[in-house]
Amino acid sequence: MLIFEHSRPGRRNYSQSPGATADVTGIPPDLMRKTPPMLPEVSEMDAVRHYTRLSQKNFSIDTQFYPLGSCTMKYNPRACNSLAMLPQFLARHPRAPESTGQGFLACMYELQEILKDVTGMAGVCLTPMAGAQGELIGIAMIRAYHESRGDSARTEIIVPDAAHGTNPATAVMCGYKVVEIATDKEGDVDMDALKAAVGPQTAGLMLTNPSTLGVFEKNVAEMSKIVHQAGGLLYYDGANLNAILGKVKPGDMGFDVIHINLHKTFSTPHGGGGPGSAPVGVAPRLLPFMPVPVVAYEDEKYRWLTEKEIPQSIGRLSAHMGNAGVLLRAYVYVRLLGAEGMHRVAEFAALNANYLMVELRKAGFELAYPTRRASHEFIVTLKDLKEKTGVTAMNVAKRLLDKGFHAPTTYFPLLVPECLLIEPAETESKETLDAFVAAMKEILEEALTQPDLVKSAPHNTPVRRLDDVKAARELDLAWKQSLTRTATESPTLNAIPTVTPS
Amino acid sequence: MPFIPHTEEDIQTMLASIGASSIDDLFDEIPSELKSDGLKRVPAGLNEMEISRLMLERAETDGRYLSFIGAGAYEHHIPAAVWQIATRGEFYSSYTPYQAEASQGTLQLLYEYQTIMASLTGMDVSNASMYDGASALAEAALMAVRSHKSSRRILIPSTVHPVYRSVVRAIVRNQGIEVVELPYCKQSGRTLVEALHGFGKEEFAALVIPQPNFFGVLEEVDALTDWAHGKNALAIGVVNPTALAILTPPGEWGEKGADVAVGEGQPLGIPLSSGGPYFGFMACKQALVRQMPGRIIGRTTDQDGKDGFVLTLQAREQHIRRSKATSNICTNQGLMVTAATIYMALTGPEGLRRIAGRSHANTLALLEKLETVKGVKKVFSGPLFHEAVISLPGPVEDVMRGLKARGILAGLNLEEYYPELGHAMLICATETKTSGDLDNYTKQLRDVIENP
Repeated sequence: MLIFEHSRPGRRNYSQSPGATADVTGIPPDLMRKTPPMLPEVSEMDAVRHYTRLSQKNFSIDTQFYPLGSCTMKYNPRACNSLAMLPQFLARHPRAPESTGQGFLACMYELQEILKDVTGMAGVCLTPMAGAQGELIGIAMIRAYHESRGDSARTEIIVPDAAHGTNPATAVMCGYKVVEIATDKEGDVDMDALKAAVGPQTAGLMLTNPSTLGVFEKNVAEMSKIVHQAGGLLYYDGANLNAILGKVKPGDMGFDVIHINLHKTFSTPHGGGGPGSAPVGVAPRLLPFMPVPVVAYEDEKYRWLTEKEIPQSIGRLSAHMGNAGVLLRAYVYVRLLGAEGMHRVAEFAALNANYLMVELRKAGFELAYPTRRASHEFIVTLKDLKEKTGVTAMNVAKRLLDKGFHAPTTYFPLLVPECLLIEPAETESKETLDAFVAAMKEILEEALTQPDLVKSAPHNTPVRRLDDVKAARELDLAWKQSLTRTATESPTLNAIPTVTPS
Repeated sequence: MPFIPHTEEDIQTMLASIGASSIDDLFDEIPSELKSDGLKRVPAGLNEMEISRLMLERAETDGRYLSFIGAGAYEHHIPAAVWQIATRGEFYSSYTPYQAEASQGTLQLLYEYQTIMASLTGMDVSNASMYDGASALAEAALMAVRSHKSSRRILIPSTVHPVYRSVVRAIVRNQGIEVVELPYCKQSGRTLVEALHGFGKEEFAALVIPQPNFFGVLEEVDALTDWAHGKNALAIGVVNPTALAILTPPGEWGEKGADVAVGEGQPLGIPLSSGGPYFGFMACKQALVRQMPGRIIGRTTDQDGKDGFVLTLQAREQHIRRSKATSNICTNQGLMVTAATIYMALTGPEGLRRIAGRSHANTLALLEKLETVKGVKKVFSGPLFHEAVISLPGPVEDVMRGLKARGILAGLNLEEYYPELGHAMLICATETKTSGDLDNYTKQLRDVIENP
C-alpha cells in the first residue's frame, strides 16, 4: 500500500507544524499556488509504521550477507553515523564563518592528509559527491592540464572494455572521444591493444586496478610508461581500492589523478543509492587545477581555499562543501582503524575473497580466471550451466535471494558471459562464507534436478520476478489518484539482463 | 582488529583451503617494487570510546549560534522520526536497488518521492534525485542542449545563486556549451523581461528561471516562461521546495508551464551539516523523460500480478549505455531522499504550507524590525519569499564579526558576489525563529552599528 492510500483529507500532525499564522502577505496573487500539492495526509504513527514496514522489505548489510561485486558492501560502523550526527555538526550552516567550524575543519584536514598518505598523491580535494563526479573532476583536470600547455590535439581517452560504465560516460561529458581496448585471456589489459591505441591524440587512460575482473593488472608500471611517453596522463578509478589499501599506493603505480569511493573503501553508508563521496587525489603536476574548496591549515587555523588561492582550478562542482557529513563518517572510520587496521582491510578482504573463490570452485562452479589470485573479488561464469540447464546468472542471483543472501553483481563486466562478480568484504566471518557456499551448492543441484524452480525464482521475497518490460512500456512513474489498475497481464520476463555495477 | 571477525584458527583453516602459507602470499601477483613501505602519516587506531571523546570535543568547539543565514541552505525543524527511520540499517546499509525483489522498501519509497515531487513542482515526472541543487541545474542545462536541435547556449539570470552559476560553468565547460548571463533590475531585484528583447533572433537552448531568486525576490515567471517558449527554448525553473507550498509551481508558469524544475532538496528534512550531504531534485514534462539523467523508478507487476517497483528506463544510463548515456551519474543521494520523503509525509500539505508561511512571515517581521536600526535598509522593492537583502551603513564584515561575538550569525555577505550593491547582506528567518530571536537580532545589530 502506498503512503497516499493511507492519506485522509484533513488529517494532520499538529506537532510537526507551526501554529496558525495570518495569511501570507506581500506575494502577488498571480504568483501564488492555486491547488495544494499532493503530500500525504497521515498521522505521525501512520508514517512511522509505513516507512518502518517499507524498510523491512529491503535486504541490507545490517540484515544479510551482501556480496555485491565492485561495491564493497562492508559493515558500516554505527559510531561513524552517531558521531557525524552530533547536534553541533548537524546545525552548522555551510556559509557560517570558518571560525565556527574549526572542529569540523580539523577532521576534514586530517582526513585529507590521511588520504594523501593512503593514495601516495600530492594533493587531495574532499568535495566530489560521488565516484562519477570524482571521475568528471579528474578528467576535467587532465583536460585543463593539456590545455594549459597549449596541447589541444589530445582528443581521446582510452578505457579498457572491463571498465565501469561511468568511465566512458565521464570521458564524453568532458568532451573526449572514447577508445576502448580489449582484455587478454588472463584478465589483464591487452598490451598490444594499448600500444596501438596510444598516440599524440591520447589525453589519458582510465584504469581500475585491481580491475573489475577481480585481478591485479600486473603490467601497470609498463602501462604507465607507455601512456606517459605518449604524453598522456593516467587516471585511477578507486572503486577497488579496498583490495590494496595500505599495500599499494596508486601514486606509486604512476597514476596522476585518482578518485576514492568513501562509500566503498571507507565504509560510509550506501544508503539505498547514495550519498556517495569521492575525494580526488592528484600528482604534483595537477595541483594547480584542483577543484575547490580544499582545506588548509595556516597560523593554527583551518580554512577553505577557493579560486582565489587556486586560480587555475577547474572550479567548483557542488554548491557547498560536498557531502560533508559523509566525510565526517569516513574520518571516524579511519581513526577507528588506524594505520594497522587499514593494512588489515586489504589482507582480510583478500583472504575472504580467495577462500570463497576456492570453496566455490570446489563446490563445482567455474571461475572466469582460474589461474589468478582473487583481489577482493572474483568472477564465476555460469556459461556451461546455462548451456546444460538453461539456468542463467540472473536465475541463480534471484534464487540466492530466496535463501537469504543478497545476489552478487550480475552481467558485469559485460565481457564475461553469464557472470557473477562476488565480493565478500573483510567484515564477514568464515561461517557466513561457508553458509553462502552451501546455498550456492544447493542452487547448483537444483539447477540440475529441478531447473524450473531456479528459473522461476525468487519465491520468498515480498514480490516475485517483476516485469521490467511492462515498467518501461507503460511508464507509471508517479501515482495518480484516478488511476485504476489494469487487469493483471501474463508477466513478460525481463528481456534485458540486469546489469549491476556500482 | 577493528571490524574483522577472524580468529587465528579461521585464518589457518582458510589459508589451508586456499593452499597459501600466509596472507602475504595472496598478494604475490603484485610486483614487489610497487608494494608500499607503509602508512606513515596515518595515526594509530582509537577505540569507540576514544574517538567519541575526540568528536564530542570537536563538536563542542564549533558550538551553536543563532543563525540568520539562508543562501540556498535553510534551517528548518526536522521531526525526530525522520532520521530515526532513515538510519534504520535496512535503509542506511542497502545499496542501489538493482535487485528489485530484495529492495522493494527503497523502490516504493522512491516512487512515493517521485509522486510528491511531481505534484509539488507541477510536473509530470521526477527522477529519484541528483547530487545537489547546483549540479541538478547543470544537468538540466545539459538536458536542454541535448533536446535542442541547434543551440548550445544557456541563458542564466545573474539573480541565480552565484555558486550555482559557477558549478554550471564548471560542468558544461568541456562540452562546448556557452552560458550567457542576464542582468537584473537594481530597484526591484528581479530579472527584467524587457532585457530579453535585446537578443532579437539569437537562439538559446534554455532560459533558467529562479523562483524565488538568490535575493529572495520573486521573478515574473509567467512572462519569462512565455518568452522562452516563444524562442523555442526550454524554461528551466530553479525552485525552493518549501516555497512551492505557497508559490505557483513551475509546471503552471506562463501559457504552457516550465519544462524542467530543479532545486536543492535540503529544506525537506536534511540537516545543514556544513553543506552536505543534501540532494538535488529534478522533475520534467513527460516529453523530456528520456532525456532525464539519474535513476527513475517505475511501478509494474510481478509474475503473480502483484504491484511492485523497479528501476526503469535504464537504457539512458551509464551502466547500459556507457559513452552514450544521458549523464555519468550513478550513485546519488538515496538516503537523503529517504529522509525527505518521510519529512513530507510527516508535515503533509498543510504542515509544509505553514512552515513556508511562518518562515515568510518571520522574514518580513525581521525586515521591519531591522529597518528601525539607523542606516539599515531593505534593498529591493520586488515582492519576496522568506529571504531578503539589506544594506548596512558600513562594511558587512565588521557587523558580522560584532554579531558573531554576541552569538548571532547575521547573514551572508554579498559584497564579493554583487559589489554594485554596496554593503549588502542576505538574511533569512525560517519558522525556527521566535519573535524573541528577531528582537534579539535587532537589538544586537543596533548595538553593533550604533556603538561600534
